[in-house]
Amino acid sequence: MFAFCADPSVLTGWQWFACYLTSGTHLAFYWSFGTVLLLLALAAPAALAFGFAGALAARSRFLPARAAGGTYIAMVRGVPDIVFFLFVPIAVDQGIEYLIHHARCPDWTEPIRRGAEFAVCPEAKVPQPSASRLAQDTYAFVLALAAFALVFGAFAANTLRGAMAAVPRAQLETAEAYGMSRGQAFRRVLLPQMWVYALPGLSNLWQILVKSTPLLFLLGIQDIVYWARELGGSKTSIYAYPHPDWRMFYFLAVLAFYLGLTWVSERVFAALMRRLSHGQATAAGEALRRAAA
Amino acid sequence: MRTCAESFELYALRALGREWGAVRLPQPTEISLCDQLVLIGSGMIWNVYFGALAVVAGFFLATLVALGKSSASPLLRAPAAAFVFVFRGSPLFIQFFFAYEAFVLLPRAGVTIDLGLVTITAETRWLTRAWAGALVVLFLNTSAYTAEIFHGALKAVPRADLEAADAYGLAGFARFRRIVWPTMLRLAWPSYTNEAIFLFHATTLVFFSGFPAWQQSGDALYYADYFADATFNPFVPYPIAAAYFVVLTLAITFAFGLVNRRLNRHLPAALRPRLRFRPQLMR
Repeated sequence: MFAFCADPSVLTGWQWFACYLTSGTHLAFYWSFGTVLLLLALAAPAALAFGFAGALAARSRFLPARAAGGTYIAMVRGVPDIVFFLFVPIAVDQGIEYLIHHARCPDWTEPIRRGAEFAVCPEAKVPQPSASRLAQDTYAFVLALAAFALVFGAFAANTLRGAMAAVPRAQLETAEAYGMSRGQAFRRVLLPQMWVYALPGLSNLWQILVKSTPLLFLLGIQDIVYWARELGGSKTSIYAYPHPDWRMFYFLAVLAFYLGLTWVSERVFAALMRRLSHGQATAAGEALRRAAA
Repeated sequence: MRTCAESFELYALRALGREWGAVRLPQPTEISLCDQLVLIGSGMIWNVYFGALAVVAGFFLATLVALGKSSASPLLRAPAAAFVFVFRGSPLFIQFFFAYEAFVLLPRAGVTIDLGLVTITAETRWLTRAWAGALVVLFLNTSAYTAEIFHGALKAVPRADLEAADAYGLAGFARFRRIVWPTMLRLAWPSYTNEAIFLFHATTLVFFSGFPAWQQSGDALYYADYFADATFNPFVPYPIAAAYFVVLTLAITFAFGLVNRRLNRHLPAALRPRLRFRPQLMR
């Protein structure tokens, strides 16, 4: 990184730290913070979409859809979320391989599940062993994303269902009185008003989502936790930058990162809540009206 | 293949250690459904152990922290608020890692504390073992979450109750013990039930977060993960673990429901607040 880093063994003091903290592996460590932010940026809308679909299904007038939505919401209650994080990626992976196997190798006669093996034909392996390192990492990341979307989608569905039910009944009756159809009333009246009721639950959910991102480590992805363990472990003098066991300090840095992230989120949601409460028939909206008058 | 009775004999207490059952876990070629049921159930011993002790001990610390956070003195308020912020604002998973690495750094021989007249040597080795180290983290973590719930409840104690207490001449600790505390518990109980459930769920993180499973004795999810790896079949062990947790959740809800009934015994049955499980608190 810096010109004076050419020979680490002669460095001392701040120069040693400047070179140490900008070594190649440390840059990978800093990138892994980006992985966490990327996961958050993708998982939040995906979970919201799953949640919206779940909430709509649970409110549906069509019984099988209502049952499916209700089951989806109830599924995540009572079971630790980490069970899903371990279960979903491997289940989805096997499901995909199973489907491809049936599509590509119809002549394969041996059973797929044999004792302690899950054997599909070589063409059905995902990702193919010849695939690049990047492709394999991306596949693992997408599977992790699916797990996050599924688990947090169920929580979001519960929150959104509650928010839809919290919009005052009179608002919908007024919409009916204006001759709006069920769909129109939903889009024009219910949807714009439900967010203020959903926001406290959704902000809580966001904080939970932020705090579950280290679980990526369990899914074999080289994330913050992986690098903190890797870099912090004691390095003997055969390494360019020998040091004793510093894992505690690395985890302290990770801890500080998460504290900062949750603190900033809290601020943003407070500001958002104030904006959304404008002109709403809630106590917060009433308080804003009084303050303005 | 083993019979179910043999599985039970070999693995029912295996989670406690090697001396309590078979030395080796079931090997990939010989795993039966009973093995999975028994061994994963055996792992639940650890989930119940961590959860129960942390909830009971955390209750007391949480009450103190909540009082500190509601205190008028900034000397008490600031540390209490900081404690709650740190433990609620960061992932439990990272807290486990951090605590484990910190405990490992403690000197092997123990910490010598010089009190002037006597010196005490505190043994620190056991803190790197899950049964003690993870329990400390879970205890502090649930204390912070519970303190926030109790703090909210303290703020929600009706003013009229406090005025009535004043009118009766109750003050200080007597007022706290007889008026404020029971009302706080009554208000906080539904949320506190949720917190307890999530704490029990959070115990599944212990053996995935630095703390080694000594002699392959781990919790329910540790064994479920072991079976999923050994058989390449996630569709049996994870649902088994999930089912055990559903039963545990129902048991917790029932136990907390009993306390809830006792707390609200002065109210007519129809007015008693119902406990509803709302999964909105998590780590």
